[in-house]
Amino acid sequence: MKKLTVSASPHVRSSFTVPHIMLDVIIALIPALIASIVLFGFRSLLITAVCVVSCIAFEYISRKIMKRNTTISDLSAIVTGMLLAFNLPVTIPLWMCVIGCFFAIVVVKQFFGGIGQNFVNPAIGGRIVMLVSFSSAMTNWTAPLEWKNGLDAVSAATPLASLGIGSDMTGLPSLLEMFLGVRGGCIGETCAAALLLGFVYLLIRKVIKPIIPLCFVGTVAVIMLIAGKGSFEFMLYEVLSGGLLLGAIFMATDYATSPITSKGKVIFAIGCGIITAVIRLFANLPEGVSYAIIIMNILVPHIETITKPRPFGAEKEKKSKKEEAAS
Amino acid sequence: MSKITDGILKAVKQVKGGVLVDHHKDTKDMATVRITPPERVILPMQQHIGAPCSPLVKVGDHVDVGQKIADSDQYVSAPIHASVSGKVTAVSEVKVANGRLLPAITIENDGEMTLSEEIVPPKVENKADLIKAIRNSGLVGLGGAGFPSHVKFNIPDDKNIDTLIINAAECEPFITVDYRECIENTRNIVDGVYLLKKVLGFKNIIIAVEDNKPDAIKILKEIADSHKDNAVKVMTLKSKYPQGAEKMMVQSATGKIVPAGKLPADVGCVVANVGSVAFIARHVRTGRPIISRTLTVSGSAIANPMNVRVPVGIEASKVIDFCGGFKKEPVKIIAGGPMMGTALIDTDVPILKSNNALLAFADEIRTNKKERDCIRCGRCVAACPMNLIPTDIEALSLNKDAEALSKAGIMVCMECGSCAYSCPAGKPLVQYMRLGKDVIRQAGAKK
Repeated sequence: MKKLTVSASPHVRSSFTVPHIMLDVIIALIPALIASIVLFGFRSLLITAVCVVSCIAFEYISRKIMKRNTTISDLSAIVTGMLLAFNLPVTIPLWMCVIGCFFAIVVVKQFFGGIGQNFVNPAIGGRIVMLVSFSSAMTNWTAPLEWKNGLDAVSAATPLASLGIGSDMTGLPSLLEMFLGVRGGCIGETCAAALLLGFVYLLIRKVIKPIIPLCFVGTVAVIMLIAGKGSFEFMLYEVLSGGLLLGAIFMATDYATSPITSKGKVIFAIGCGIITAVIRLFANLPEGVSYAIIIMNILVPHIETITKPRPFGAEKEKKSKKEEAAS
Repeated sequence: MSKITDGILKAVKQVKGGVLVDHHKDTKDMATVRITPPERVILPMQQHIGAPCSPLVKVGDHVDVGQKIADSDQYVSAPIHASVSGKVTAVSEVKVANGRLLPAITIENDGEMTLSEEIVPPKVENKADLIKAIRNSGLVGLGGAGFPSHVKFNIPDDKNIDTLIINAAECEPFITVDYRECIENTRNIVDGVYLLKKVLGFKNIIIAVEDNKPDAIKILKEIADSHKDNAVKVMTLKSKYPQGAEKMMVQSATGKIVPAGKLPADVGCVVANVGSVAFIARHVRTGRPIISRTLTVSGSAIANPMNVRVPVGIEASKVIDFCGGFKKEPVKIIAGGPMMGTALIDTDVPILKSNNALLAFADEIRTNKKERDCIRCGRCVAACPMNLIPTDIEALSLNKDAEALSKAGIMVCMECGSCAYSCPAGKPLVQYMRLGKDVIRQAGAKK
């Protein structure tokens, strides 16, 4: 008889692995990638490819330099690359993409210990650096579907920029166009239908729980309904515009940068929703999803402290302190 | 009859956390087979939680079946009886399943199976008689942990215990010992239930079964309905690991939560394995001590999986041979279930009273995955029935931070393995739990 394996229990493991989870996220992002190609042309595929390749390369090189084991096989760098690409306008120069990827992978992720250790979402970190560094290139929007006519970059405002409380909505795309993504914006964020398809896939595969996307989008919807004095149309435009769905489904649900308990997830998601709404309504910026997520990312350790579950059968801390005082 | 109470029991039947594991109850329809007695048995001096026993016999002595051959003067301990008749050939150290060396008595079987004159049915009229009888029988919890049963049933008079929960959940995959007990030894279970009720004065008796065993549920329901006093109820639990854990049982049956560091007795409950209850009834009727037990022998490497009745002390290799040997090269052999059992180094170790399964797996078993960095997905947190955060405890254990570990509640961990089972990063979380508990013990020892 060969030597037997002796290891600690349990002796069976579930089939779920980290690469499986990441592969599921990649699959869930495919509908949005296809939508982006239809809407903004093959350049969006090129941008996505550049981002994915540079993220993998930076991950590989930085781990090598830091003399750590190679982790590209966990596929997380591909997810980061796709998400960052989806948050860029189709006109973005490719070298800027590479800089964004460098920041996302090397500074945000690997400097803090790699997968699971990053304190903010790498894709959002990379995007915000690009937004601050190349603000005009990052907000150079083009009209959708124009690429087919051979026209080069017909510039157009995003619906979010022209959307305001009580403002005229006649110049905006119809709600159906908004839902299908026929509007100006970042390549991966516009097609709500494709993003929701990905959302359903992630739920079926049990990769994420619905709690963060629902609370995030729900909070924005409620605030916008109140701000719009009960106008459902205004509320729906707000929900469908900007990067809200992309952010709520794919970025706020990032495991490492969202709380681990359900209670914490609710607080986190509502916080994201409130900050997004406040930025959109009162701040100078047209869009607030990325900033909202990154601010709440930073608050996650504090949310986890206050939502720590009580171990089974453990007494409430306050009670035991009282007992101590009494005795 | 008890429709209302059934409704209440169902409302609480599922507890938080846990994991859905493939059941693999392949041997559930196989009637228990008696093994041919082996040429020798090896009886380690500690087959239970508590103080080890000292041998009462020496090399060369002749012993009969059921004769007490080792005992301890400590309260938390259980005597050991000869499981075959014959000559004591060695009193020496042997290796047991977990790799430890324990003193043990080896008996060469003379093939006669002469019954000892010590075997006489005990007189049981009151609690003291019953506790004494249980201790003399050498019974330890047959569910796997091996806690001496007389200690469990000897409830201090100042504790108000009214509920007996009989555990037939059998939530570990593969094992079908308790299930066969329900089907084959129904009479003994009924007798045991009413004996314990009469002598120890339980008001409620709840028999808990997972809902993947409808036949057992049917039989147990008949037991419950056979007496008109309505004191015995059957509770069906969702098949979910670890429903059969003691504290989970108490919560499912009564809604009460056993405080950390306390026992079910502190909330008025006693939890006993269904096999133990049936054994008590048989012991009171016949006086036979615990010298044999049923094992589920299964797994992908076993030629003929089956439930087999074996004498305590038989070597694992003999049991496997009886089940047709290996049909594939085994890579892992486990004493107990796949979630909490012990992996064997080799098969010449003896079967103990508390062993309920012997599983052998060929290489397709998903024993381990590649270990990666934690991605904080929270699956371990969702799976932990004890409400812990296993991934945080990993870091605290590696940092040897005793204070933070006890604050994180690590001592309530029962090492059920749900966290490690569900971890996509393949972390050996149960090992970190054990490491953390050791850190706390060592810190306590220093003080």
